[in-house]
Amino acid sequence: MQVIPLRRPWTWAASVLVVLIAAGVAWSVATNPAFGWPVVAEYLFHEQILAGLIRTLELTVTAMLLGLVLGTALAIMRLSDNKLLSTLSWLYIWFFRSVPVLVQLIFWYNFGALYAHITLAIPWGPVLYSASTNSVITPLTAALAGLGLAQAAYTAEVIRAGILSVPSGQTRAAKALGMGPATIFIRIVFPQAMRVIIPPVGNEVISMVKGTSLVSVIAMADLLYTAQLIYARTYETIPLLIVASLWYLAVVSILSIAQHALERHYGRGA
Amino acid sequence: MTEPMVRIRGLRKSFGTKEVLCGIDMDVQAGSVMCIIGPSGSGKSTLLSCINHLERIDGGRMWVGGELVGYRERAGKLYELPERKVAKMRARIGMVFQQFNLFPHMTALQNIIEAPIRVKRQPPAEARAKAMVLLERVGLADRAAAFPSQLSGGQQQRVAIARALAMEPQLMLFDEPTSALDPELVGEVLAVMRDLAATGMTMMVVTHELSFAREVGDDLVFMADGLIMERGSPRTVLANPREPRTREFLSRVL
Repeated sequence: MQVIPLRRPWTWAASVLVVLIAAGVAWSVATNPAFGWPVVAEYLFHEQILAGLIRTLELTVTAMLLGLVLGTALAIMRLSDNKLLSTLSWLYIWFFRSVPVLVQLIFWYNFGALYAHITLAIPWGPVLYSASTNSVITPLTAALAGLGLAQAAYTAEVIRAGILSVPSGQTRAAKALGMGPATIFIRIVFPQAMRVIIPPVGNEVISMVKGTSLVSVIAMADLLYTAQLIYARTYETIPLLIVASLWYLAVVSILSIAQHALERHYGRGA
Repeated sequence: MTEPMVRIRGLRKSFGTKEVLCGIDMDVQAGSVMCIIGPSGSGKSTLLSCINHLERIDGGRMWVGGELVGYRERAGKLYELPERKVAKMRARIGMVFQQFNLFPHMTALQNIIEAPIRVKRQPPAEARAKAMVLLERVGLADRAAAFPSQLSGGQQQRVAIARALAMEPQLMLFDEPTSALDPELVGEVLAVMRDLAATGMTMMVVTHELSFAREVGDDLVFMADGLIMERGSPRTVLANPREPRTREFLSRVL
């Protein structure tokens, strides 16, 4: 006997409606001359735009690495039995999550106004290193400090949650086999914590790609700021913002694919 | 009499204000099987965890293979050993857990070779060859590439036993190895343990499987409220318990 699943005519009708609306929007976007598609095409691979794109990628990768390394250290400190270490970590996270990143960027950029010289010395002893603050804290280092230090505070909480998600029986089993603390963390706890860590960190990376545009306040020519500089000159605001958006779309798409691959890698056995 | 494999004297352990082990004395001879029974909360599992120093102790002393566990004795005081030295000692004591605790991100084979490679620095090829022999022994040679999530509870526990044996321990601790298993899977795990006992492995088994204790055990201990209430040969204790607490427990379990 033939088995007929329940028919859902309204689902079909709704689908057709949605497709029609989408087609209408696409048609209007493609044909409205105000979008300036020829201008978009002209600037999409413009030298200045590509330089801005590379600056954005550099900042994202470096600030994110700083955030991950420092964040892991903060997470381990926060989970430590040592009250001083865990309190220090808590204070760090509290401070850097509370102050807006924009303020942090401007603060680091103007660090020279607070301390004119940076000196590394043994107290009451010889000076090992000294330089004027303005030569150490360039716009690039200020941007990395502002973005990376704040990112570490967020990443630390994600990593801490990941580590806590691994059942204590795993550590017990590893200890019973004679493994030392470092081996247990690297081989047993961390790979399992990664399953919990990757999705939110993926989100953070994607936020960072766009968050780097904040560095325009300290006059760094990232992707968005470059687009703004160009349209300030040519008044082609919308097309240049579309150029920037297309690049953000491309970068985030590639990152999403990478995240999916990482999730599969660490999801093995699940 | 030769030095026992495990010697425990006056062992005390508290969690907060609750004392869970209130002075335990015990000897386990090399090559023998010691079974430990008792109601839940009697301190059986904690006792096993103290033997490989997964738990700190609050009093007494323990020796495994003649070596003091977890501490160094000097001028009448016990100083806890650094983690590295404790790890060395643990490497010689195998442990099997109620919840298996296999590493879920590794295959059965990887679970077994991990500690021999990382801790004993065995060459991977050698570790793999030895692991395959062990898998053969627990009847799972064809499941080497399976992840724990693809194995039944009984199969997981057999892999866990093989994982512990891969470190070539002088003592095996079993913490209720069949309590988390479906009834029809208990037999295959007990069979592996029976074979292991027959090879002369020294074993301490916390269990509710009284028939296993009767057939395989050389000694039996009944624990309640952090104390050893009764001890003797399994047949005698199970057939003719002297203590009322033992009798009451056995009447509820049987």
